[in-house]
Amino acid sequence: MRKIRVEEITKEVSKMCIKANCDLSEDVLKQIESFKENEKSPIGKDILEKILLNADIASEKQVPICQDTGMAVFFVEIGDRVNIKGNIKKAINEGVRQGYKDGFLRKSVVKDPLIRDNTKDNTPAIIHYDFVEGDKITIHFAPKGFGSENMGKLKMLKPSDGIDGVKDFVLDTVNKAGPNACPPLVVGVGIGGTMEKACLLAKKALFRDLNSYNEKKHIKDLEHELLLKINDLGIGPQGLGGRTTALKVNVETFPTHIAGLPVAVNLNCHVARHLTVEI
Amino acid sequence: MKEININTPLTLDKVKNLKAGDRVYITGTLYTARDAAHKRLVESIKEGKELPFDVKNSIIYYVGPSPSKPGEVIGSAGPTTSYRMDDYTKDLLNLGLKGMIGKGKRSEDVVKSIVKNKAVYFAAIGGAAALISKSIKSSEIIAYDDLATEAIRKLYVKDFPAIVVVDSEGNNLYNIEVQKYKK
Repeated sequence: MRKIRVEEITKEVSKMCIKANCDLSEDVLKQIESFKENEKSPIGKDILEKILLNADIASEKQVPICQDTGMAVFFVEIGDRVNIKGNIKKAINEGVRQGYKDGFLRKSVVKDPLIRDNTKDNTPAIIHYDFVEGDKITIHFAPKGFGSENMGKLKMLKPSDGIDGVKDFVLDTVNKAGPNACPPLVVGVGIGGTMEKACLLAKKALFRDLNSYNEKKHIKDLEHELLLKINDLGIGPQGLGGRTTALKVNVETFPTHIAGLPVAVNLNCHVARHLTVEI
Repeated sequence: MKEININTPLTLDKVKNLKAGDRVYITGTLYTARDAAHKRLVESIKEGKELPFDVKNSIIYYVGPSPSKPGEVIGSAGPTTSYRMDDYTKDLLNLGLKGMIGKGKRSEDVVKSIVKNKAVYFAAIGGAAALISKSIKSSEIIAYDDLATEAIRKLYVKDFPAIVVVDSEGNNLYNIEVQKYKK
């Protein structure tokens, strides 16, 4: 068994919070750059240029790319040969607390959804755990902004709705979000499982690199087709028209029940922050 | 696309000159307010209390900035999504609010009220928060300090970049432009 102290986890999480919020990852930058070259709308092209300029400024000054530094979402994979010394949940939340304070990141979490008092340290984080083989802990982090989060949707389709039902639902969700979710978007789609599993898959899809594809051929084809169809909607950068409505569609699937076809769509804005660290 | 420099206060003559699609550079005073501040502003109006700033001919910027680093005027400060303010907007427009800066769609009711009151809705680039901050030259909290990022701030801005989305005649740039690129 490999021993990992929770202090180490806190330190890494704190650094991740700052880095993810100030440095937009290469995969996202490259995708924006390549779409910018083909954007036909003059307004759209200008917006994509400003988005890239903004990323440069944020990285150079180490300030947040977007003022909405999100709710802190984690997927944590714990190896079966790891012995964690201490409480990992507390350690991650402490990392968020420190990172959001030291990095001058916005504290956007309210304690009670109805009373709405700010917790003032951006905790609690949303943490999903998975158990894998190995002697490492892998932490995937994404600060999730709510302009895009608010536009997400879940639908429990019938099996007979099939792949066309899935496509219609994804396109309808993106179309209804329009300018609100800050396009160009990254679109995360979860298909299968149960109600909550579909949502989790859609979220997980947003953590994937923009250069990645689903390993199953029919799902990879679906990712490709959905991207083309979404960009035919004409919504464009910031919803002000153009051919760049989404940068990528990532789809994740899971076995489901004979009676069901759950589909969830989780949208991310162009500030599609995601970062992975192995301990 | 026309480029127009405007100075606050945003008086009626200036509003009438603005058309959907115009690129504007705003210099002068903006007041920040988002969800929680709007709730309090409208509660005050209903209770007949005085508001923390004179709404007449003013511009509200929907933003909750990140904390400022030492030596900086403000943190990152891009627009938040506007529809969440729709339920509160008519009351402010009826008091003479002339401009709003945010991002995203407005309700039909708000658009009607924009036309009726001769006001204008601008969009700034969502997510371009570090870039936009460069045009903010001073920032002071003037009300609802306890709301932290959601407090009302009086900003002085120079050449703040925005685009006219809904003009005082009700023309809507979102509808106009998307049609051009739809297949």
